[in-house]
Order: sequence, then C-alpha cells, then structure tokens
Amino acid sequence: MHKTSISRKIFLTFNYILLTVTAIVCILPLINVLAISFSSSSAAAAGYVKLWPVDFTVASYKYALTKNEFLTGFFVSGKRVLLGYIVNMLITISIAYPLSKEKKALGMRNVYAWFFIITMLFHGGLIPTYMTIKSLGLLDTIWALVLPGAVPVFNVILLMNFFRNLPKEIEEAAYIDGAGHWRVLWSIYCPLSKPALATISLFVLVGHWNSWFDGLIYMNSPANYPLQSYLQTIIIEADPSIVSSNELLDMSEISNRTFKSAQVFLAAFPVLIIYPFLQKYFMKGLVFGSVKG
Amino acid sequence: MGMKKKLQEIPLHLMILPGIILTVIFSYVPILGTVIAFQKFVPSKGIFNSKWIGLDNFRYMLDMPNFTSVLWNTVFIAILKIIAGLVVPIIFALLLNELAGAFFKRTIQTIIYFPYFLSWVILGGILIDILSPSSGIVNQFLGVFGIKPIFFLGDDKWFPYTLVLTDTWKTFGYGTIVYLAALTGIDQSLYEAATMDGANRWKQTIHITLPGMLPIITLMTVLSLGNVLNAGFEQVFNLYSPMVYSTGDIIDTLVYRIGLVDAQYGVATAVGLFKSLISFVLIVLSNKLANKYAGYRVF
Repeated sequence: MHKTSISRKIFLTFNYILLTVTAIVCILPLINVLAISFSSSSAAAAGYVKLWPVDFTVASYKYALTKNEFLTGFFVSGKRVLLGYIVNMLITISIAYPLSKEKKALGMRNVYAWFFIITMLFHGGLIPTYMTIKSLGLLDTIWALVLPGAVPVFNVILLMNFFRNLPKEIEEAAYIDGAGHWRVLWSIYCPLSKPALATISLFVLVGHWNSWFDGLIYMNSPANYPLQSYLQTIIIEADPSIVSSNELLDMSEISNRTFKSAQVFLAAFPVLIIYPFLQKYFMKGLVFGSVKG
Repeated sequence: MGMKKKLQEIPLHLMILPGIILTVIFSYVPILGTVIAFQKFVPSKGIFNSKWIGLDNFRYMLDMPNFTSVLWNTVFIAILKIIAGLVVPIIFALLLNELAGAFFKRTIQTIIYFPYFLSWVILGGILIDILSPSSGIVNQFLGVFGIKPIFFLGDDKWFPYTLVLTDTWKTFGYGTIVYLAALTGIDQSLYEAATMDGANRWKQTIHITLPGMLPIITLMTVLSLGNVLNAGFEQVFNLYSPMVYSTGDIIDTLVYRIGLVDAQYGVATAVGLFKSLISFVLIVLSNKLANKYAGYRVF
C-alpha cells in the first residue's frame, strides 16, 4: 500500500482550505448584495446586512418589477438575445464549415480566412463604427445591437478547429451516399459538435445579455435601452440623491441601496440559470476547439 | 475535372457569403472611415466634404496635457493585469490539479468561473456597493482589524490596484480552466515513472507538470503582449470617476470622452487610430513570437 507522507497531508489540508476560501471570496460579494436586496432599507442603510437578509422583505423586487423602464429593458434584452443568438449561430456555423475544409476542397480558403482574421487585428474604432451605423439608419433599432457583432471571429475559429478534428470517415461515407454539404453540416457536423456549440452558445447568449455600451451609444431614446444599458445609467452614472428624492424616499421600505441590489440580482439571474447547464461542456468545447499543441 | 471541382465548391462559397457581406459593412467600412483622423471632420459635411488637415489631429493629441499620463496609466494597468492574469490562474490550476475528488474540483471550478459571466455593469453595481467606505462590507471587514476605511474607487492611489484586483477576481477562473485543460494533456506515464524513482509530488510538479505546461504558458504570455494598450474599457468606464482620472483614465475612456461627449470626432479617431496601430504591431509581433516559440498558428 502506498502511504501518504505527513507533509503531503499538511499540503492537501492547506490546499482544500485555500481553494474553499477562494471560492467563497468569489461568490461572497454576490451573496452580500443578494442579502441587501432582501433586507429592509433601514438595516441596509445602517450597514447591518452581511450575508443574510435583515428584516426580510421583497419590497425592492416588487418595486423593480413594476417599474416600466426595468420591464422594457428586460423585454429589449430578451429580443436582442433571441435575434442575436440566431444570427450569430447561423453565421458562425456557415463560416466555420467551409473554413474547416482543406485547401484542395476550397481553393479560396486561405483568402477567406485572412479576410476574417484581419478584422480581429484591426478595427475602425468607436467613432467610425458609430458613423457607419448611423449612416445605415440603424440608430434606435434593435439591428444596431445585433448586426455589428454578427460575425464573432473568435467563435468561428473555435468551431472551425472543432470541425477539423471530427473523424473524416463518416463524412466521406455520407458524400458517397449522395449527401451534399448542407446535409453533411446539419446531420453530421452539428450533432457531433455539441460541446463546441454549447460553449459558443453560452458565450453568445451571455455576451448579448451583458452588452450595455452599444445600447448606450446607438439608442437615442432610453425607451430602447436593453436592461444592462438602463442599469448602467441608473446604477453607475446616477447621482443617488436625485433618484432617491424623486421617487424612492416616499416608499419607506425601499432604499436606493436595496433597490439597486435587487436590480443587479435580477439582471444576473438569467445568467445564473443557464450557466450550470452549459458549463459542463466547457472543458471539451474549449480544449478541442482552441489551441492545438 | 477542374470544372466539376469548381461546381462542387459553389455551396461552400454561398455558405460563407452572408458572413462576408456583414464583415464588409460592419468591419471594413469603419476601417476606411478612420480617414476622418486626418480631417477636420464635421458630421453635416460628411467624409467627402470635410477639410483635410493632415496630421493636425495627431499633433493636437500629443499636445494634450493629459495624454502622456493617460498612456502611462493604460500601460501600467494593463501590464499589472497581464501579470496577475498569468500567475494567478497557473497557481490555481496547479492547486486544483492536486485534488483527487472530482466533485469538489468541479464545484470549485464552477464557482470561480462564474464571475467571468457577469457584465461589468453588474459587477460595477456590486463593487461600488461592497467597496463603499461608509457601508461596504469590505471596509467593515477591514475595520475589524482596526484598518481605517479605504475609498478604493475614489482614491487615486488605490484605484489602479483596485482595478487589477477586481479584474483578476472576475477573470482568473477562465484562465484556470485553460491551464487545467493543458494539464490533462500531460502524459500520465511520466508521473508513474517519477513515482517509481521516488520523486514526491513537489518534485513531480517542478520536473513534470511545469515543463508540461510550458508551451501553453509561453503561448499565453506571448499572446498577452497584444493587450498592452488594452487596460479594459468596460471595467474602467463603470468604476472610475473624475476623482481618479489622474491614475485611472485610459486611452479608451479618453477616446469616449473626446469623441462622444465633446464631439471632437477627428481627434477621437486619431487617438483611437494611434492605439489601434500600436496594438496591431504588438499583435502581429506576438503572433510571430507565438509561432516561433510555441508553434502556435491562429488558422
């Protein structure tokens, strides 16, 4: 039998403790904010709330969910995520497939590849991009949030590398049976690439949900703001004194602090929900798709 | 034969076409639009009728009193982030790799990776709250040890380090997964042989694990070179305030303020172009080095 030395035992104990503490430090801030969101305004203002709500109340949530701007933001974000996801995935798949072919199957492969890579190396920057979107008449439309990022080159590379590592025999058999490229892509490549597609899906869904800057600059009217742009303007930018004097102080059980915390948590909630489902594919998706030795 | 091959290629070209069109419109057209860096650009006149002024916008940029300090802030914050972003994930990947239980390992991984998926708006909201000098939980905790409240986000001495620390908090889980993936690729028989030779875990780490990770470490180090002028717009924008401009203002936030707040389009584009050009050179250089030292190619 193999005996574990004392120093190894000490190390392992230390290791377990350190990793547990790190994990706790990673989620503690979120738990603190969650606790504040469920606490009464006086307890939150006095700084009594640590990791458990004090004077439990859902008043802040009730208020957030009846607030028009918040609900509109939620709706715009939902629309954006749905549209953006469909467009991103279709484009990613339909570029990754041809690029995964050898040069002898697609003569222009390298030309296409460089065409896309250049956009990773060089881009127009804030003002020229803004002017382009403006001159296309996309300001204040959902397309200003969906189309500029429709070709996520990093994801294309990930999926392309994954496609390349798939066994070629099944594909060849399909061609012999008379299947075309579209058929091979949808019936063979995509089902076999679940880990990569799940990984990319998570990045795309979360990416669209989390975007705020484009909403801020491309939407002239705050009524068109996605949730995160709206939150950016009220949580980060807002002068707390204005917000609270306007509408919040008369509602005694809600403070600016609890209200902000509730909204932060509501905005993080969808990510919290889909994350565990797609997270299990990461290792596979990232390893096979990304850097090859 | 050649003709038949061409015909077979057609569906592939068609598949890629929508992506090409979108890329031309939303990537290449803006790249051409950077010519306004050389113009006294007036939106109502457009690119074709605005006056060409050569390098005046660049001269203006270099004469701005805060330009050198902004450049310095950018490089300083970026380099600290790059160092932390390399060292911390490597350490945690090594520590996680020592664990035997898959469940504990998986749970830790899932938790430390999670902040990576929250936006800087949400994290900004959380950080502003927990770092507040009056009511934040961090200063309350420090108070237990008799430490006076620190205004992490409002004190220009603390601000850059707060940025680095909170960025590391958000992103180290991602890096850890990359390195863990690299660890699974190390030949297990090496460890068995080393155990037979009487090497303990520490010696195995030094002589097998670290050398096994070296290619990916080299690669990540070299590739991070391209980020020297990227100190993280989203984070800084959501956490900074005029109080910390002296140490926290970076090129991207400056471009935003000159361009969209002050509406000096030509100057803002010139500053952006300056940054893009240097970044471009750094990225090309880092890819060359990555290819040379780690055999890495993007495609």
